[in-house]
Amino acid sequence: MTGSSAVRVVNAAVGYGGRPVLRDVSLEVDPGEMVAILGANGSGKSTLIRALVGLVPLAGGQIELFGVPQRRFRQWARIGYVPQRIGAGSGVPATVGEVVMSGRLARRGILAGRRAGDRAAVLGALRDVGLNDRIGDPVSTLSGGQQQRVLIARALAGEPDLLILDEPTAGVDATSQEAFAATLTRFQARGGTILLVAHELGPLRPVIDRCVVVHEGRIAYAGTPPEPAGHHAEPGHDHVHPHAAAEPAGICDWAPADRMAM
Amino acid sequence: MNLFAYDFMVRALIGALIIGLAAPALGIYLVQRRLSLIGDGIGHVALTGVGVGLLLGRSPVITAVIVSAIGAVGVELIRQRGRTSGDLALALLFYGGIAGGVVLVGLSSNSSNASLMQYLFGSLTTTSASDLVIIGGLGVAVLVAMLLLRPALFAVCHDEEYARVSGLPVRTLNLLLAVTTAVTVTIAMRTVGLLLVSALMVVPVAAAQQVTRGFRTTMTAAMVIGIGAAAAGFVVSAEADTAPGATIVIMALAVFLALTVGGAGWRLLHGRPRRGVEVEPPDVVLNG
Repeated sequence: MTGSSAVRVVNAAVGYGGRPVLRDVSLEVDPGEMVAILGANGSGKSTLIRALVGLVPLAGGQIELFGVPQRRFRQWARIGYVPQRIGAGSGVPATVGEVVMSGRLARRGILAGRRAGDRAAVLGALRDVGLNDRIGDPVSTLSGGQQQRVLIARALAGEPDLLILDEPTAGVDATSQEAFAATLTRFQARGGTILLVAHELGPLRPVIDRCVVVHEGRIAYAGTPPEPAGHHAEPGHDHVHPHAAAEPAGICDWAPADRMAM
Repeated sequence: MNLFAYDFMVRALIGALIIGLAAPALGIYLVQRRLSLIGDGIGHVALTGVGVGLLLGRSPVITAVIVSAIGAVGVELIRQRGRTSGDLALALLFYGGIAGGVVLVGLSSNSSNASLMQYLFGSLTTTSASDLVIIGGLGVAVLVAMLLLRPALFAVCHDEEYARVSGLPVRTLNLLLAVTTAVTVTIAMRTVGLLLVSALMVVPVAAAQQVTRGFRTTMTAAMVIGIGAAAAGFVVSAEADTAPGATIVIMALAVFLALTVGGAGWRLLHGRPRRGVEVEPPDVVLNG
C-alpha cells in the first residue's frame, strides 16, 4: 500500500542541537503530483526537504522514498535535488556544461566514462531551462536567476522521477520564474513528481496541484492552492505572517517539555 | 655546461617534473574548495614524520607519508564537523606538527641544521635513486586518481551536499583527497621543501584560471604551467646557482603575473567592442 507513494513522511521530527525544528510532520506525495511546501522563514519547511534527502538526520518518525525506507534507499538517481542557493560558483571556474554534467553521476557511477547519452541529457536539460546557448560559459558570468536554472538543469540531467527543490524561486526575477514554471510543467507532463519549497507561489500558483503549509514545525494547512486574489488576501499569506513574529518566544517557552514528550 | 652530465641532475629533473605535474592536479580540488592553505598545514605535520623517520633510521619519505596522512585525515574529520573551533584545532595541529618535527630531527643521530633545512626548503639534487622510485610511484598514483575521479571529485568539491544526495561516496572521496594531499606534500618535500609545498599546488591553478573558463581546461593548463615551471626553475637554478625549490615557485609566480596582466590586456582589447560576432577565447570549445 505504501509502495504507491513517491514520498511518504510519517510523524517526522527533527532537531538542531536540542531545539526542535520539525515536530510530528506527516506528508504523502503521489507519483505525478506537484506539491508546494509553504511557510514563513524559520517555519521548518527547508528542514523538511533536507531531512527527506538525508542531509539532516531524523530525531523521530519515518521517511519512505518510492516505498523504500530512506535509510535503505539507494536509487538516488531517481531523485533530482535542487539546493537552496544563490549562485553556483566556487573557487575554480566551471562551465555551465560541466556543472550540469555532474547531474549525470548518480546515473552512470563515478568510475564509468562519459557516454553519448550523458551529453544528450545535458543538452536536453539545458534546453529545458533555456540555457543551451550558454553551455560553454563560466557559471560565474550568469545572473542569479540563470545560475538557479543551471542547478535545475543539473537535477534534470539525471533524468529523475522525483524533483525536490528548495526555494527555487528565491531571488529569481519574474521572467525566470515563468520559464521555471513552464519547465516544471513539462517535467510533470513526462510523468515526473515534484516537491518544492517556496516562500510564496507567485507565477507557480497555476501549476501547483496541492499546497502544504508548515508552521512552527507542524503542518498547519494542506489542500488546494489558494485562489488567486489580492496579494494580502491569500489565506496562506494571512495565516503565516502574524504568527511568525511571535514564533521565537513561543519556542523558547515550551520547547523543552515538548522534547521530553517525544 | 651540460646539465645532464651527472646522474643526480637527471634524477633531480625527473623528480621535479613529476611533482610539477602531480601537485596542480591535486591542488585544483583544494582551490575549488577554498582550502588553498591546507597543503601548507599538512607540510608542517609532515615534518614530524620526517623526524620520526630520522630517529628510527628509516626512510623519512615513508614515515612522512604516514604521519601527514594521519594529520590530513584528522583535518578532514575536523572539517566535516564544521565547528567554529575547527580553525583553532587546525592551528594546534599544524604548530604541533612543526614543533614536534624540529625536536625529533634534533634528537636524531645525524642531526644538523643542514638536514632540517633540506626538508624545509627542499634538496632536489640529493634525490637518490630509491627516492626517485618512491616519488615516481606515488606521483603516478596521485595523477591517476585525480584524473580518473575528476567528475566525482569535481562534484564533491563544487557542491558537497548535492553530491551526497546524488548517492556519491562523499566521505570516501573526501578521505581519498586528504590522503592524496598528504602523499603529494611528502613527495614534493624533496623538490620545493615543506614550506613551499603548497605553492606548487596552488600557484599554477591560480595562474591558469586567469585565462580559462572551465574546470577541465583550468586543470590541464595548471598541469602544463606546473611542469613548465618545474623545468624552467630547474634549469635557471642550475645556471644561476639558486635554490631549486624557490626558483621553481618563482617561475610559477612569474607565469601567474604574466597571465594576469596578459589576460586583462586581452579582455581590454577584445572584450569591449562587442559588435555582431562574439569573440570566443580559444579554450571555450567544451570539454566533450
